[in-house]
Amino acid sequence: MTTGSTEKVNGARALIKCLEEEGVDTIFGYPGGQIIPFYNELYDSNLRHILVRHEQAAAHAADGYARATGKTGVCVSTSGPGATNLVTGIATAYMDSVPIVALTGQVPTFLIGNDAFQEADIKGITQPITKHNYLVQDVNELPRIVKEAFHIASTGRPGPVLIDLPKDVQNAEIDFYYPDKVELRGYKPTYKGNIQQIKRAAEEISKSCMPIIYAGGGVISSNASAELVELAETINAPVTTTLLGIGAIPTEHPLYVGMLGMHGSKYANYAIQESDLIIAVGARFDDRVTGKLESFAPNARVIHIDVDPAEISKNVKVQIPIVGDAKQVLKSLNRYIKRCNSGAWIEKIKQWKKEYPLTYKQMSPDVIMPQFVVEQISEACKDAIIVTEVGQHQMWAAQFFKYKKPRTFITSGGLGTMGYGFPAAIGAKVGRPDKTVVNIAGDGSFQMNSQELATAVQNDIPVVSVILNNGYLGMVRQWQELFYDRRYSHTFIKGSVDFVKLAEAYGALGLRAERPSEVRPAIEEAVNSGRPAVVEVIVECEANVYPMVPAGAAINEILDMEEHADTPCAMPDLRKATADRVLDLEEQ
Amino acid sequence: MKHTLAVLVENKSGVLSRVASLFSRRGYNIDSLAVGVTEDPKTSRMTIVVDGDDHVLEQVTKQLNKLVDVIKVSDIGGDEAVERELALIKVTADVNARTEIIQIADIFRARIVDVAPKSMTIEVTGDEAKIQAIEKLLRQFGIKEMVRTGKIALVRGPKKV
Ligand SMILES: Cc1ncc(C[n+]2csc(CCOP(=O)(O)OP(=O)(O)O)c2C)c(N)n1
Ligand SMILES: [Mg+2]
Repeated sequence: MTTGSTEKVNGARALIKCLEEEGVDTIFGYPGGQIIPFYNELYDSNLRHILVRHEQAAAHAADGYARATGKTGVCVSTSGPGATNLVTGIATAYMDSVPIVALTGQVPTFLIGNDAFQEADIKGITQPITKHNYLVQDVNELPRIVKEAFHIASTGRPGPVLIDLPKDVQNAEIDFYYPDKVELRGYKPTYKGNIQQIKRAAEEISKSCMPIIYAGGGVISSNASAELVELAETINAPVTTTLLGIGAIPTEHPLYVGMLGMHGSKYANYAIQESDLIIAVGARFDDRVTGKLESFAPNARVIHIDVDPAEISKNVKVQIPIVGDAKQVLKSLNRYIKRCNSGAWIEKIKQWKKEYPLTYKQMSPDVIMPQFVVEQISEACKDAIIVTEVGQHQMWAAQFFKYKKPRTFITSGGLGTMGYGFPAAIGAKVGRPDKTVVNIAGDGSFQMNSQELATAVQNDIPVVSVILNNGYLGMVRQWQELFYDRRYSHTFIKGSVDFVKLAEAYGALGLRAERPSEVRPAIEEAVNSGRPAVVEVIVECEANVYPMVPAGAAINEILDMEEHADTPCAMPDLRKATADRVLDLEEQ
Repeated sequence: MKHTLAVLVENKSGVLSRVASLFSRRGYNIDSLAVGVTEDPKTSRMTIVVDGDDHVLEQVTKQLNKLVDVIKVSDIGGDEAVERELALIKVTADVNARTEIIQIADIFRARIVDVAPKSMTIEVTGDEAKIQAIEKLLRQFGIKEMVRTGKIALVRGPKKV
């Protein structure tokens, strides 16, 4: 450790020493002209660098690494196009409050503002999608800035921080000294909840007969699962989670009612609608969760625990706000609570669970239902980390896998970024090499970052992607089916590529399942191969995600498969047209 | 309703742009914004007049507080603050109009800061109402150009924000 002593080095070397001081062991990146000095120093360092094939993947991999480990992820790119390629990944991390630090090369300070070759104002561009960002103008500021960046990214409500590094700053000499404290007058997150408010919350809970706990990603990021489960069990209240809260409580816990919102279980949505008290923890009442705000949980009082004061009363009026870290607040709240008089309420919910189970129909005898594939993954890989892309498969992964622990479900919730899953899975596997990591993918999404097969193979990262190939941009097709008169405008993508050959072309294992009986063996073979693998599963092309609350409806106005499951053939001409196109493609 | 916010920020480049883009991104309307360094050279102070109900004000305050470079946000509207704005008003003024313009300026304790054969420039300091009043009276002569600094404000008495 060099803290306390000084040593003359250049900025690039100093940056590497800063990363080491922060305990970073792995970074994801892609070089270029304005970041060469950093890469030159990296050559002699012990930091593990994973060379991706597109900078977007570096940002997603850092994000997946962070979500799987709880540590801060780091990605690196050059200036201009390298930096702008990071943008989607940074925005994804921002929307889901994931701690990453992005390092970008920049043209030398004397050229900034000149529209120099490969100059982009990445600080300006990322201002609305970072928690904070920096342009280093003097090498002497570098250690302080890196220290602050890691502190800001990982504390309070976590989020991405970007540091833009002009080339001359990387080359300039510095007496290296790493500060051991940050001094930020304007940044002091609140961790401990106000004790008066916590006592009020406990009292409110004691008066409730129909309470529900609504847990979000904040529970996962503050490692508060145990405290959450204790709260639920002590007061005897059902728990629902957001998409990002999945894993905060085991799927099979008797008090868990599943995810709520647009594709939530019916009983979760009914329960929150009828509740008299919502205990929201690390969740932000997103529109995909509340549906139509005016009719959301009309009889409920709300306790809202969140580390970010700006989330409180943003969308829903809150009676008892508690600003603080979920884990600390729950710990303290758990000291004051007692069992609610919720016996009848729990019974009612049990009835709903029986009456409206989360299930699906086999649409025709030999076809593979996508939900079945997720169930098979759930049985074959019980302790896996599941990562997803975005679309129908993402919702099925949320609904049908049995999660046991936090940080085992990794998905782009807030931004909904197709192409996130595969690189994020690579990052997750790098961070948790002991775990099986499965990317549940769609045929559309996988094609957005399939070049990362090269990254997985070159760096020997055995991630399994199971592609639920329905030949469609399925989620959009579903909306077109339900709300646009089945006008499948530009959502048909069948025959894009032979995914098995694609995997093989990169030197990965490629497998295909076309019958239900082939699914399980293919998954097992892929997982056991210890190689990067792609399992292409040909699934029913017009399966839909149900239950579904149409956008803008109240969350108890739910479409269910009963009304729609048998209708795909009701438009035979369209089915035929689709089939003809498939034939054409197959003949080609 | 209008609110006057005193926002203490780090005196660094880029802070103004963070604040301004926060307002535009979240759809809040800024009536005026004035910024300058404070008694501490490391700190700048912005005075922002924003239009909105209590919910909007609460959100603006919380979102501003989330910016790392924002040190403190206080709502200092109402009677307990001294509020001032400075305006420069250039009016068409031939020889015949001058006396009357000077009289108006005197009444408002404004100053004539430039005189030319066909124009005069008046400097006036005051609260919003005063500036509007003098502007209205000068309009009859023809206002060629006008510039305002935006409001600045301090809490009355020994208290700091
Ligand atoms: C980058 C990006 N572009 C577009 C979308 C809009 N979108 C959401 S889901 C979806 C379809 C995804 O198709 P696929 O990956 O095949 O998944 P499926 O829904 O078929 O399971 C699209 C286009 C998006 N979420 N992200
Ligand atoms: Mg698809």
